[in-house]
Amino acid sequence: MLPAMSAVASPPKSETPRQVGPRHSAVVRVTHWLTVVAFLALLITGGEIVISHPRFYWGEVGNVMTRPLFTIPIASSRDTVPTGYNYVMPDQNGWSRYLHFEAAWVAVLTGLVYLVYGLWTRHFRSNLLPVKGERSWGGYWRAFRGVFARYFRRAPPDAADARSYNVVQRTAYLAVIFVLFPLVIWTGLAMSPAFTAAVPESVILLGGRQSARTIHFFVSGLLLLFLIVHVTMIAMAGFWSRMRAMITGRAEAAPIRGKLEDKS
Amino acid sequence: MSPISRRKLITGGVAATAGVAGLATAAGLAQRYGLIPPDHGGVYGAGETLTYAAQRLLTTHAPAREFPRSMISKDPFANETAPPSDAFKKLQGGGFKDWRLSVDGMVAHPASFSLADLRSLPTHSQITEVACEEGWSYIAEWIGTPLAGVLNEVGVLPQARYVVYYSIQPDWWESVDMADALHPHTFLTMGMNGGELPVGFGGPLRLRVPRQLGYKSVKYITRVTVTDSLKHFGKGLGSASPEGGYAWYAGI
Repeated sequence: MLPAMSAVASPPKSETPRQVGPRHSAVVRVTHWLTVVAFLALLITGGEIVISHPRFYWGEVGNVMTRPLFTIPIASSRDTVPTGYNYVMPDQNGWSRYLHFEAAWVAVLTGLVYLVYGLWTRHFRSNLLPVKGERSWGGYWRAFRGVFARYFRRAPPDAADARSYNVVQRTAYLAVIFVLFPLVIWTGLAMSPAFTAAVPESVILLGGRQSARTIHFFVSGLLLLFLIVHVTMIAMAGFWSRMRAMITGRAEAAPIRGKLEDKS
Repeated sequence: MSPISRRKLITGGVAATAGVAGLATAAGLAQRYGLIPPDHGGVYGAGETLTYAAQRLLTTHAPAREFPRSMISKDPFANETAPPSDAFKKLQGGGFKDWRLSVDGMVAHPASFSLADLRSLPTHSQITEVACEEGWSYIAEWIGTPLAGVLNEVGVLPQARYVVYYSIQPDWWESVDMADALHPHTFLTMGMNGGELPVGFGGPLRLRVPRQLGYKSVKYITRVTVTDSLKHFGKGLGSASPEGGYAWYAGI
């Protein structure tokens, strides 16, 4: 116990570094999983809501009498929507809308806790802001190449990757936290008649109510794309070790020791 | 027991007590200031309460969005309704001359208004958007008289908290709190885009609540009831919408 404690006090260069502190802090772990639950609920219910009107428009107004920007080629849960299908899906809007807004509250409140924590503890600056030397096309390319090369060689992930994020990850996480989530919340609020009554600029700036709805749909699509890539990368890096790190906070110990032994 | 764990125990106990007391106080205050929606129970109740309370605290007095005449939709969409009831068809046969709007409940002078009576009240026009929960929308000019004026005529009692309104069509009724009932944009609507309000859009009388989604703007209104509690209306969830699985508050 004592050697490890002293290692914290003065990070050694030659001495065997032990893992000190969790890979992910308790706040990061709890807010991560709350966001997972809320986001999945938002995704499923959002899809259900779209089914009641799978047509998208640009500008302030749009309905079955106006020309859509595009349509999703699926049947609708309303027989008033001309879909080309001779079939009306069951109406799931009631509970979907209730759950969508409840999950939105969970996501927003969780996000606020995470945001305050991240600023307070400098989590964003130290863990997510790309390291200075890597903020270049070359840096991004090296990170991409490194991860994929290791994957195709079936080599275990780099010890550094298990304990820190590379520049591509950092950029993706920052984009999700500071661009996509704020945008999806904003476009969601811009569809609320009472909120836009109080803050009309929130919808005017987006080009209108239907534009807000269309942007909301595309940003949700980007978040879904992030989710797919994120889970794929986790699977490539070792699904259970990464899951353990995000659940218990402990990073995989074995590769770190293995790598250190190689060096010695 | 080590002193640290005892201290933790005491701190934890104090925090838990404070938390429970805080929640109880918050619930009491929320109830008192009308921040709890009638459909606050069940798994979605927490989300509904947060939404309704936030809207009541932040947007109660905001005017509805209005649009320039040039933005009026050329092809508004009349959402389908159930086939007209016999009662409706009978009144329609008489050109709606015998259409009545009765106003009762917690009012000083319950009264009944014909469409001509309503037209004799100050009429206004507003160009507002109908936004359906399904996602579509259109803008139209709505001509009518603010519900607040009619409520003023009959004298709303001070303990009134909600206004319940009924369609002539069976099982179609909604309610709003006084903030929305007395809002200057909440209209008893009789005209649309310069003409009569077509039947497809709710004619001869529709209550437009433009700060909420379309389903709160009930068509074919025949009765308005003022009340201090929604407990004894239907299943006590506030309106027909929550009974069918949709949120009571649709200002979202």
